[in-house]
Order: sequence, then C-alpha cells, then structure tokens
Amino acid sequence: MKKSLLAISAASTLALSVLIACAPPEKDNTGGDTSSGVKVSEATSAADFGGMDALVEAAKKEGELNVIALPPDWANYGAIIKAFFDKYGIKVNSAQPDAASQDEINAANQQKGKSSAPDVFDLGQSVALANTSMFAPYKVATFDDIPAAFKDPDGTWVNDYGGYMSIGFDSAKVPPVASVNDLLKPEYNGKVALNGDPTQAGAAFSGVLMVALSQGGSVDDIAPGVEFFRKLKAAGNFLPVDPTPATIESGQTPVVIDWNYLNAAETKKLPTWKVLVPPGSTVAGYYYQAINKDAPHPAAARLWQEFLYSDEGQNLFAVGGVRPVRADSMMAAGTLDKTVAAQLPIIDGPVTVPSPDQTEKATKYLADNWAKAIG
Amino acid sequence: MVLRKLREGLPLLPFLVVVVVFLIIPTVTVIVSSVYADGVFSFARIQALFSGTARSALAKSVLLSGTTAIIGAILGAVLAWLIVSSPPTSMVRRAVISLCSVLAQFGGVALAFAFLATVGLNGVLTLWVQQVFGFNLAGSGWLYGLTGLILVYTYFQIPLMVIVFVPALEGLRDQWREAAVSLGASTWRYWREVAVPLLTPAFLGSALLLFANAFAAYATAAALVSQGSPIVPLLIRSALTSEVVLGQSGFAYALALEMIVVVAVVMAAYSALVRRTARWLR
Repeated sequence: MKKSLLAISAASTLALSVLIACAPPEKDNTGGDTSSGVKVSEATSAADFGGMDALVEAAKKEGELNVIALPPDWANYGAIIKAFFDKYGIKVNSAQPDAASQDEINAANQQKGKSSAPDVFDLGQSVALANTSMFAPYKVATFDDIPAAFKDPDGTWVNDYGGYMSIGFDSAKVPPVASVNDLLKPEYNGKVALNGDPTQAGAAFSGVLMVALSQGGSVDDIAPGVEFFRKLKAAGNFLPVDPTPATIESGQTPVVIDWNYLNAAETKKLPTWKVLVPPGSTVAGYYYQAINKDAPHPAAARLWQEFLYSDEGQNLFAVGGVRPVRADSMMAAGTLDKTVAAQLPIIDGPVTVPSPDQTEKATKYLADNWAKAIG
Repeated sequence: MVLRKLREGLPLLPFLVVVVVFLIIPTVTVIVSSVYADGVFSFARIQALFSGTARSALAKSVLLSGTTAIIGAILGAVLAWLIVSSPPTSMVRRAVISLCSVLAQFGGVALAFAFLATVGLNGVLTLWVQQVFGFNLAGSGWLYGLTGLILVYTYFQIPLMVIVFVPALEGLRDQWREAAVSLGASTWRYWREVAVPLLTPAFLGSALLLFANAFAAYATAAALVSQGSPIVPLLIRSALTSEVVLGQSGFAYALALEMIVVVAVVMAAYSALVRRTARWLR
C-alpha cells in the first residue's frame, strides 16, 4: 500500500512536470548564416541572402511564420495570410488576432527565445516608437518607393497602410450623418459609439482628435474634442459600448466613430452601413510594420515584409479599404488595381497626422480629463 | 523519524507542485514586480494605488462584488432550498441543477451581449417597450455602468450559489428535524436553533466564493463597459494594454497586489467568523 502510494505520488509529480515542460521548446534563433555570410537574423535586405530567390529558399526552409494581432477582417489580413501561404507554402500561425498593439510587445518579451514568439509586428504609432530597440532593421526591395515620412531611414520600421478617421452609420436605422455636429441631434439618442477608450485605444484617440478638429481645436489642442463628447454624453447620445462587428450587424451600435477601412469592412456585410470621412477635419493614421529582433523565423519574417510591400501585397491591403503606403507611386506607375483605387476615399484639403510629441501631449490631457467628461 | 514524516507527506507532493507553479510563483512575481522594476526599488507604484482613479475603482469593485455576493447568496440559497424540497428522483430537480451548472459558467462576452441585445439602449425589449408603452427602459444607459454590472453579475452568481449550497442542504438529515419536533420544537424553532446554525458556515463560505468570483471576473465587464475603467480588473487591463499611455505595467502589478490583499482580508474575516459560528458543533 505504502509503495503504491509512493509510486502514484511520484508518477503524478512526473506527469505534472512534463505538463509544465510542455511549453514550446527553446530555440536557437540566431538562425544560420546566409550564403553571403551574414547572419539571417541580421540581414538588412534580400541582397544579404544573395537575392530574392535565396531569401525565399531560406524562408521555405524555416517553413513557418508567427504573426500576432492581425484580425482577418482588418485591412484584408485574412486574404493576405492566405495569399502568402499559397505563394510560398509557408504556414502562418496567427496568434491572438484581436489583441492590442501593446499585447504584441508583451508577447514578444514573454516568449523571447521560444519558437512561438511573434516574428513580425503591426503596431500603432506610440507603441511602435516606444519599442524600436526590439526591431530588426530591414529594407524591402521597394524601400525607395516609400515616402520618407513613412519610414525610418534604416528600415527599423516602415508604415504599411493607413486610413482616415470616419463616422459609420446604419442608414436603415438613423438619418444620414453629414457632419460631426449632427451627432448632437436628438435622432441619435443613445446611438453614437466610439471604438474604445481614447486613453487606451489608438483608434478612439484619433476619433477624439477628429472631433476636436471639427470643433475648432487643433492637433495641439484636443480639449474641444473632449468637450464635444461631454456634451454628447449630457445629451444622452453617447453609447459607451465597445463596437464590434456583432454589435454593428445586430443594430446595437447604429453610429460608430472608427477608421474608414474598418467601417468599410462592415459595409460588405451590412449594405446599409454608410461611411463618412468628415470634410475639413480629416485625421489620418498609419500603422507601423517591423520585424522582431528575436524572431524565431528570421528569414520568413523578412520574406513577409517583401510580400507586404510588393505590388501584390499593397493591392491586397487596398482591397481591405486601407490606403497602402505605396499608393501614390503605384498610382503613378499604374500598378495599383484600378477598381480598388476607385474605392479609396477621396480627400480634399489638409490631412492631419499627429507627430509623436503632439500625441504625447494630447494623451496627457486625455488621461486627466477624459474620465471626468464621460464618467 | 524525519524520514517517516517525509514519507507521510509524500502523497501531497503533486499538490505542492501545483500550488508552487500556479499560486506561489505568480504571487511572488506580483509582489516583487509591484515594488521592483528594471533594477530600481520604489514604492511609487504602490503609492499610485491611493490616487483618485485607483481608489474609486477599488471601492466600486468591492461594492459590486459585495452586492452581487449578498444578492446571489440569498436568492441562491432560497432557490437551493426549493430544489432540495423536491424528491431527489424528480426530473425537474435534476434539470434545474444541470441548468444551474451551465448558467454559472455563462459569464463573459456572450452574457454581456445577451443583455446588450435585450435591454441595452438599442435592445429588442427596449425598442418594443418604447413602441408600445412609450417608456425608455434603458433610461440613461444604466446598463453600461455599475448598476448594469450588478444585474449581469447576479445572473451568474445565483446559479453558482445553488450548485455550492445544495450539498450543504442535502446534508441536513430528516432525523434531526424529527428529533427536534418530537422534543416539542416548532418548525420555526427547528430552523432557528438547528438548521440555520448548521448551515451558517456553508452559507458564509459560499458567499465568500461568490465575492471572489465577482471580484476577479473580467470578460463580462470588459464587453459591457468600454469607456473608463470603473473596476479594478478593467484598470489592470488598461494599464497593461493601453496603446496610448505606455509603460504602466508596474502599476498593473500593484493593482494585482491590491486584489490579493483584499481577498486575503476577506478570507481571514471569513475564517474568524466560521470559527465563531461553528464553535458549538464541536
């Protein structure tokens, strides 16, 4: 009896430690060397591999790519991941598709050295610029084609796509929205939602900035935006629900302030969903693409970049309603898909893109005042 | 002697491993990280717990957990008593208990969405009542605040109470009641002097479980409240994942420590209470 007890105890302890050890194995991610003698994890262009074909070869050998926080209905990522797999036969592991930018950085830190760590990032501005030390510089073949304002000169990060802040509304449920001020009308009682809390989510932050511009504020003065939301709340029009495709399609959030490409994605599922980029207060935001310095699949990560910035990848982004970073030069060269280009919103007048300093200042103001205005 | 003691403790080893890996290591990590980060020891993050936002989040969290624990415990106990009154072979009884096991786990996004779609500002019931009676059920958006959280949390607290409290009620033997009655006790007196004192420790224990359950619940609140971070778990989320205000993960650890302390205090109070109420059982 004693003995069997001992055996059971030992066996279950063993079983438990096996369970714990079941985490993904540690992996030597310094990778191999490329044919030109550069470490794969330090290659800064396809030339370091000895050309594009050699890069493809090296990436195929790794066979996998870990991406994180890429929702399939966001900027057409579902189709992009599929196209990448079809073209190169590299399996794409998409982790936590609905995670926030900061979660990507947290995951990279927590899983450092594991085969499950993210290979590439797609980040909002403030998170990207605060973590540049975690990125591996890399210049894609089309690097010179990208406007200087949208890339780090060394290729540490490169903007991949962007969009404009917009108001989406269900024309079957509410009268058409023509301007930001319309939202204060009684017809919109309990119907106006913002995508997240502006002290937490980049999209909501840009939404408040857009409203601020329409109320006589500026990129240096976001206070009128906060004041507008206070009035919206006092009028009973503000709906403090986090809008998702489910809430939009079921009619729980008939008016949503969000990026135009996210609103446009809803139109495909709900034809009465209209999108307005308010004239005169256009706020643009670009996402930041970067390679994890400790990527477990360094060659595949670099091939992913080449794919995203190729004509094919940029056109796929455009199908998702976002403005690919090479849009202007591709339009000039005639390589941007015509039908897709026609769908991108036409913007007259100035477009506001906040600088990191301006973002920081506005953030500070929001942290102190947002909860008071909306609480 | 030492060897024998060791051998006697051996069956507990697997349990010990579980406790160390899933309880002790995370707790120590939280404690250390809340005062020590990047080689610097500081109480700044603990101090931040006394700021207005953090204090109001704690107050609301305790209020929410306390209210739903009390409502859930009382209504759940009554429901459990009704269930136990029917014979164990009854189909209805088995169905209700199975249903409770499912509903107790029904928290989270699905539950929040169900409430949004029913009594939210644009919910089905709200719109119908508005049309037929001209009355706005969703009022000033009460569902998206503390009131709404209390209602929604109660929805999974009651079934949980039923599950944990039914066994205690089943433990009351008929013979005790018969003995009390044959000694001349009225039903009221039997309940007051026999049943209630016997059930009190189980009732308090269940209520504590409900409190902890609500205190740590996160997904339901996250789906229901998107503006501001009224309760502690949401404040932790915002400190960890904010894309706008960065570098607050230390504050998240401090908040987690605060939650551990609150639960520890409640636990201590509970065990003191039980010791008092259970004294006569010995």
